[in-house]
Amino acid sequence: MSDGSSDNRWYDLFSRGARDWLRHNEKVRETVRDRFGDLVAGVDVLSRPSDRTVRVPVRFLEHYRFRLREEEEEAGVGQGPGKPGDVYRRPRAGKARRGEKGDQPSEGGSGGGELRFVLELKVDDIVDWIWEELALPDLKPKVTDALTDEELVREGWDRRGPRARLDRRRTIKEAIKRRAAQPDGPAFTDDDLRFRQLARRKRPATSAVVAFVLDASASMDERRRKLAKAFFFWATQGLRRQYRGLETVFIAHTNEAWEFGEEEFFQVSATGGTIASTAFRLAIDVFHERFSPARYNLYLFYASDGDNFGDDREAADAALSELGSMVNLMGFVETPQNPFESRKSETGRLFRSLESRNFPVAGYTVHADSDVWEAIRAFFHRQASAEEPTE
Amino acid sequence: MSSTKLKEYIHRLEELARANGLDFHPVDFEVVPTSFMMEVAVYGLPVRMPHWSFGVRYIYQYVQHRMGASRIFEVVFPGNPNRAYLIEDNSIAENTLVTAHVLAHADFSKNNELFDRMQSQVGYRIVEQAAERARRIESAIERHGKSTVEEVLDAALALEQHIDSGRGLRRSRYPEFVEREETKRPAGFRGRYSTLPGESSEESHPRVREGSRASIPPHPEYDLLWFIANYAPDLSGWERDIFLDVREESFYFYPVFACQIMNEGWASYWHARMLREADFLPEQIYLDALKAHSDVVRPYGGSRTVSVAINPYHVGYVIWERIIEEQGVDAAMRIRSEEDDFGFVRNYLDEDTADRLELFAYTKSRDRTGAERYTVRERDIHELRETILAPKFHFGAPRVYAAELSVDGVLTLRHDYRTDGRGLDQQRARKVLEYIHRVWRRPVRLISADNHGNEQLLDAGQG
Repeated sequence: MSDGSSDNRWYDLFSRGARDWLRHNEKVRETVRDRFGDLVAGVDVLSRPSDRTVRVPVRFLEHYRFRLREEEEEAGVGQGPGKPGDVYRRPRAGKARRGEKGDQPSEGGSGGGELRFVLELKVDDIVDWIWEELALPDLKPKVTDALTDEELVREGWDRRGPRARLDRRRTIKEAIKRRAAQPDGPAFTDDDLRFRQLARRKRPATSAVVAFVLDASASMDERRRKLAKAFFFWATQGLRRQYRGLETVFIAHTNEAWEFGEEEFFQVSATGGTIASTAFRLAIDVFHERFSPARYNLYLFYASDGDNFGDDREAADAALSELGSMVNLMGFVETPQNPFESRKSETGRLFRSLESRNFPVAGYTVHADSDVWEAIRAFFHRQASAEEPTE
Repeated sequence: MSSTKLKEYIHRLEELARANGLDFHPVDFEVVPTSFMMEVAVYGLPVRMPHWSFGVRYIYQYVQHRMGASRIFEVVFPGNPNRAYLIEDNSIAENTLVTAHVLAHADFSKNNELFDRMQSQVGYRIVEQAAERARRIESAIERHGKSTVEEVLDAALALEQHIDSGRGLRRSRYPEFVEREETKRPAGFRGRYSTLPGESSEESHPRVREGSRASIPPHPEYDLLWFIANYAPDLSGWERDIFLDVREESFYFYPVFACQIMNEGWASYWHARMLREADFLPEQIYLDALKAHSDVVRPYGGSRTVSVAINPYHVGYVIWERIIEEQGVDAAMRIRSEEDDFGFVRNYLDEDTADRLELFAYTKSRDRTGAERYTVRERDIHELRETILAPKFHFGAPRVYAAELSVDGVLTLRHDYRTDGRGLDQQRARKVLEYIHRVWRRPVRLISADNHGNEQLLDAGQG
């Protein structure tokens, strides 16, 4: 017996199994990443995304091998007091009792996937993946002459300045340099002092506000709202990458419109007609009162099944035209009653007419979970390509 | 636990084993923590190449262990010296029993012909050799990146069982040309006609050009790891090495797999017998060890419950016990040298033994709720034996062979579905083809059968 002792503590220092398990999990992440279209629809959070996570149940990966097709009837040999004709059952999830000692190699690893585990993904990571997946450039805030903030930028050093801007590190460096040439000199002289210089610069506004407008009439059922919410969520994430400060406004309407906090917004349900212009008017007011178009990049997304009172057509068109000249983008997220009739709806036609008049408008049809991903993809692409010329 | 005690017992047990006629290379015993043992059970070797699939097995093992369902007692790696690992948390009684068990394994692996044949090819220091291979693969990872190396391992490990132990580990490539022995004489009537006087003329059957290019492979090639390592059109040296590394370990594992019932039975028989004869053991240790023995060497379901799997330790033990009762130790020694599980079960599992073991054959099906239904059938001893052996043929894998390598590099694999009795699981077969295609880098096709028994073609990389 080599050393015969249990002093082999080095065994505890590493675990190959744990290492390969981590690698497995990394691969699971990659596969999840390949199907995040499914993830995108399932998200249930809107604000404070940096610390939010999405929990995804995943199966273990199987390392595939050649195997015979499973037959409806398989023969086997067992042990115990079984008599011909006896029948034993085992419920579905049950797992064959395995031996206390080693298993057949052919059963290793993939034993039917009874074990599942939950992967926790950071929303920020998912957005990163989407960005990589779509090969989007890093977005820059939209630059226009009107949209400028003033900003103080550090720019070089000076020998004079207020005490508060003394750069100690730099000053000590100067003193060291001087003393290298002048070994007997004083520790510090006034000439060693360095002060940070600031300059005023104009820079593009990096604030944006996005207004989410939801048709809260009865025809917008739970499922449609969920789709709208998923779209809103990811659109927000995309915009957050672009703008340092992003504020949100939530407006719901039936035949009149109200502003809500985020929490209530998706719970809102009301009866009444559908007069979309009320919501657009409210958005215009909110923008004017709180988010001056000169300081903010404005976005508006309107989710609806496409119905609107015919009588409201002119008013809605007027309000949208006014919005259209204020905003960077107006998106219509249509959750149609009938997917084949999307964009033929009242509201769909309205938006298309705006589009033909060159307003910054986009339409997204979201009927099933998988459409959310397509819609988001289209939105991000639009954002990215709109920015490219300004690079 | 007192390791000096255990050391002493190990020494006495070795003497006792030799006195009983057991013959073995020296055994290096090492006491290790459970966590280490768990990894050995997962990887099959203490240090082995990294691959994510081992991570999955590790978690299964870990969960089972935490639930108390799985207990590992001992692992021994045959060689010269043998390397055995004992668990530090096991009691001295358990480790004493395990020591006796290990010594009998060491006897088996030295004397069994299959073991001996494989060992003489793969070498006697598997633990060090595997660690060296693992190190090489780690350095390949450093050079070529994790996912590149992983693709090669995905393919090689998926084909782990696809070796041809009969053709041996060291093989040379197929001859490139076939020599035609002589001019073929036309067959049948024309052949006889041409022998008539005056009728024979060279022009009527021109000579076949000598030394035509041989087809590859010249015969169905079941050693897929070897074939890919040698004939993949576009494999670099380090990738080839990985295939050959995996293959060499498979040759090492093969006898363990092919003799499991015999080998575990043999070790169980001898640990029980040596325990009885070990008068140097204190009473309590003897009793505790006996208890450990009867916990392992029994049907999985105990004596009352029905288990739908057989315990190879118990089955092997009972068969050996009977052989030794009836034919004596010398005959048993000869049998352990000559047989593998196929011969052992077919020749020595008879009606009486099957009765004693309470073996039964069953048919498994699923009812509408998806619950499994096991119906016990009438026992027919021949069928029983074949059902036990069925999962052991061809290293437990479907018989897939390389059938053709075309001039443009397309590889055709065939599955011998007639012998296997049915076709392959399609979805998995497709995935494995994808693994292979990633290293073969030309189209790969596989012919198997669908569930009506009609030939079915799967392919990967075909445009």
